[in-house]
Amino acid sequence: MNIHEYQAKEILGSFGIPIPRGRVALTSDQVERAAKELGGHCVVKAQIYAGGRGKAGGVKVVHHPEQAQELGKELFGRRLVTPQTGPEGLKVRRILVEEAVDIASEFYLSITLDRSTSRYCLIASAEGGVEIEEVAQKSPEKIHMLTIDPFTGLRPYQARKIALALGLSGTLCEDCVTLILNLYRCCLEKDCFLVEINPLVVTRAGWLMAMDAKINFDDNAVYRHHEYPDMLDYSQLDNLEINAGKYDLSYIKLKGNIGCMVNGAGLAMATLDVLKEFGGEPANFLDVGGGATREKVAEAFKIILQDEDVKGVFVNIFGGIMRCDVIAQGIIEAACEVHCALPIVVRMDGSKVEEGKKLLFESGLNVQIGENLGDGAQRIVKMLG
Amino acid sequence: MAILLNKDSKIVVQGITGRSGLFHTQQCRDYGSKVVAGVTPGRGGIHIEGIPVFNTVEEAVHYTGANVSMIFVPPPAAADAILEACDAGIALAVCITEGIPVRDMVLARRCQELSKTRLVGPNCPGVITPGECKVGIMPGYIHHPGKIGVVSRSGTLTYEAVKQLTDAGLGQSTCVGIGGDPIIGMNFIDVLQLFNDDPATEGVFLIGEIGGGAEEEAAHWIKEHMRKPVGAFIAGRTAPQGKRMGHAGAIITGGKGRAEDKVRVLAECGVHVAASPTAMGETMLAAMGGKKK
Repeated sequence: MNIHEYQAKEILGSFGIPIPRGRVALTSDQVERAAKELGGHCVVKAQIYAGGRGKAGGVKVVHHPEQAQELGKELFGRRLVTPQTGPEGLKVRRILVEEAVDIASEFYLSITLDRSTSRYCLIASAEGGVEIEEVAQKSPEKIHMLTIDPFTGLRPYQARKIALALGLSGTLCEDCVTLILNLYRCCLEKDCFLVEINPLVVTRAGWLMAMDAKINFDDNAVYRHHEYPDMLDYSQLDNLEINAGKYDLSYIKLKGNIGCMVNGAGLAMATLDVLKEFGGEPANFLDVGGGATREKVAEAFKIILQDEDVKGVFVNIFGGIMRCDVIAQGIIEAACEVHCALPIVVRMDGSKVEEGKKLLFESGLNVQIGENLGDGAQRIVKMLG
Repeated sequence: MAILLNKDSKIVVQGITGRSGLFHTQQCRDYGSKVVAGVTPGRGGIHIEGIPVFNTVEEAVHYTGANVSMIFVPPPAAADAILEACDAGIALAVCITEGIPVRDMVLARRCQELSKTRLVGPNCPGVITPGECKVGIMPGYIHHPGKIGVVSRSGTLTYEAVKQLTDAGLGQSTCVGIGGDPIIGMNFIDVLQLFNDDPATEGVFLIGEIGGGAEEEAAHWIKEHMRKPVGAFIAGRTAPQGKRMGHAGAIITGGKGRAEDKVRVLAECGVHVAASPTAMGETMLAAMGGKKK
């Protein structure tokens, strides 16, 4: 689960990590007021669920409140497209206004899960800023990584090694040790998948400060943080995706016209692959979960049909233990409820396949049965011509 | 012979009194698996479907000699259940539970590494040695005893692959669903090692997905060590680039994770990669030189 920069900074602040003074604005008037309160010379930062905002024009320095207001007018409602948003971009609905800070040097600092070691990993570099991935590719020696043993946690001496590797000394070095230890504490207590400060800066006045921050919560741990659901900004998510989430379905809108319903993420990806192979264009990725139930199948069907681009539906359920007659019943109920006249191809495997097929044939829907994955995909592509 | 499970495996089900725990216990038993005990804290002393229930795994092991655990405990207590299985000296713990918090798994995995317990999962379909023993939620009937080992990160896509293998006349020695979570117990290489040393396995089919670098690591291991033909499929060739935030993931994986890279590396390492998800069975058959097993 993603949150905005300003929310991430509030959290870091609550763990004692220094952040710039700032205000969140929902209108351009609020942007002006915030700029006034912060002394006029400010940074105006569009809040979207993606990085790369600076180059897309979403982050700018202003010198007067009026200038801040103008920029606010320009940014609100605009879709920012960055390398991390996908081609549609994301709409700006919130803006963070922050005091401008004189920066002496910039660093990169993050903690995330390393799948290959099954442990959290601290990553730091003296080459902070927007080009960090390029630095990692071209000069890996400039990236300092430390695997954290969950038994000992992150120790002060380890944090010190990192701070020294960043070239910090004296009080700044010890400040950085404290900051790193606080970052790890934040990562654990808040169940983060990622906490990233980029850049972490040393100001001209000689202080460490988190100038930009990203936090990604572990979706599996949201249940033990009751404040998290309220932090979500639904304007950053696709409407159908939100709807799917309510029924615990995993849905991603795509560009084509073949609606897809599959159980299991791997099989769902393979289904998209095979549709493309036969010249079809999937309208969505939709995983109803490994053990598809009748209710989920019915809800998934409705969500697929809400997408006006959909001209036909391909259902691929490898039910296994799940009974196919029950799944067929779910498809029929949902299709009838929304008066679906679109062509449907169903490929099912599992127990009671024949009963399931019979129900579909007798339903009066515009439905064909795929004998296997390839046959089903070919049929729906052909039906849509 | 096979790997991990055989007809003598004695199974304890952690979370046996839950709805899916009980349902799949019955399914496994119907398949022929020896389910000797269940564990649900506070319910010790009862019998469910004729299976004795204990309060702790330790007791279950003591009274029944259970050596394999199938875990259906809900996410908030699942990591604890894994630790309990390790502490009780279970040889193989198969955790089916989906949705365990990462922080819990980091610690559970660290403890498990120090124990003698092998962990499969979490968030996996389980392990099956066809005709002998099933510990998991996969449909038994699609499997057929034979000589192909199957290892997969996916759930239902594994069923698709197994069905295609069976239809192509290739039975399976053991099928292992290692799970799709960021933190899992046995990885591709751990399972490949066992298949390599298993006389009953003559070839291996590997099913991967986009994301992470596990398939690439497996490919290099195969090139160095594997003495048996390997077939593979990678799902997600046409998946769109997702939205993402931050740089840390990209720094760690060094740009790995795309399907085309995984396919290329696997092919370079001598693995027969299926070009289409409809061609998994025939690809493995070709890798075996056309010999049905």
